Amino acid sequence: MLAITTETPRIDCLAALDALASRRTDQIVVNTMVTAREWPAYSRNEDLDLPFIGCMGKASSLGLGIALGRPERQVLVFDGDGSLLMNLGSLVTIAAARPKNLVLIVFENGVYEITGGQPVPGQGQFSFAALARGSGLERVYEFDALEPFVAHLEEILSGPGPTFVCLKVAEVGRRSPKPGRVMGEAARRVREVLAGT
Amino acid sequence: MATETRTEAALSAAGVLRALKASGFTDVVWLPDSESGFLHQALAADDSLRLVPVCREGEAIVIALGLTVADRQPVVIIQSTGLFESGDSIRGAALSFGMPLLLIVGYRGWNYGRPMTDTAAIYLEPVLNAWGIPHHLIESDDDLERVQQAWTEAVERAGPVAVLVGQEYE
Repeated sequence: MLAITTETPRIDCLAALDALASRRTDQIVVNTMVTAREWPAYSRNEDLDLPFIGCMGKASSLGLGIALGRPERQVLVFDGDGSLLMNLGSLVTIAAARPKNLVLIVFENGVYEITGGQPVPGQGQFSFAALARGSGLERVYEFDALEPFVAHLEEILSGPGPTFVCLKVAEVGRRSPKPGRVMGEAARRVREVLAGT
Repeated sequence: MATETRTEAALSAAGVLRALKASGFTDVVWLPDSESGFLHQALAADDSLRLVPVCREGEAIVIALGLTVADRQPVVIIQSTGLFESGDSIRGAALSFGMPLLLIVGYRGWNYGRPMTDTAAIYLEPVLNAWGIPHHLIESDDDLERVQQAWTEAVERAGPVAVLVGQEYE
């Protein structure tokens, strides 16, 4: 497990999305909550974006299903901390399924930002990296500064998964725009694109 | 409302496996229950169907839809109690993606057409009806053609259809 901490904790969430967008090629991106709302401003391949808001934290499960179905195609999941807390068992499910092409990135800001910033249970008292490792995931990263995250991005995206990354981010601090495409429409579009490749 | 009466013939693992393979299923996403536990050995021993075990039933619904997005043909096998637990996955994904999905649901407490006392059974069909999910009962191998029929219906509707397993492992 790689854990990098600095004197200036908390990553700018939007800068992290920008870094991910700049290195993304043909990966499918499943995202939820704040990242789903902010990602369209950075994404350069909207046809492979699948915003998945709701369903009580199941973005990691949707990403797992796609990854198992298309093992030659990398799947990136941008999860929220509140969302992943609703579906912690998915870490064990993912570890058991061992999809080499799945990268699960949790943006941990410690709050339910989309509902106004209420703290998540146990805010600051638990470690997603430890939970991931304890669930059987072996490739686990944790960052609380942007620079080391960016420096490790190529390694994160090129190594064999399943890969878990915890980014300790700051709140975006504004009301994020709602996604332009509804989930079902996006899911059908991604399915069409995948069927044609 | 299911009105079938009890039959003496049993539901066999081999029969269910044959029905799933004949209908073209590629993956079984499941959490074992009293009505489907007997399938495990047969499923685990068969390489043509990938078994994806989950920790919680709501995961199963969404993993299956992910597989569908990836152009696979999964089937979900869970118990009625797990279906209730999966409520928001069904609402937010199965009923909104516009994709076929077969749910094989253990009908815990099914009393072969007689009055039921287990709330896991009492609420099952009303809940499915409230969601507008068609459902069909199987109790023995004689009923297994309903698996293919249910899948055809799911494809035509581009949505979820349930097959209810009215046989408990004893």
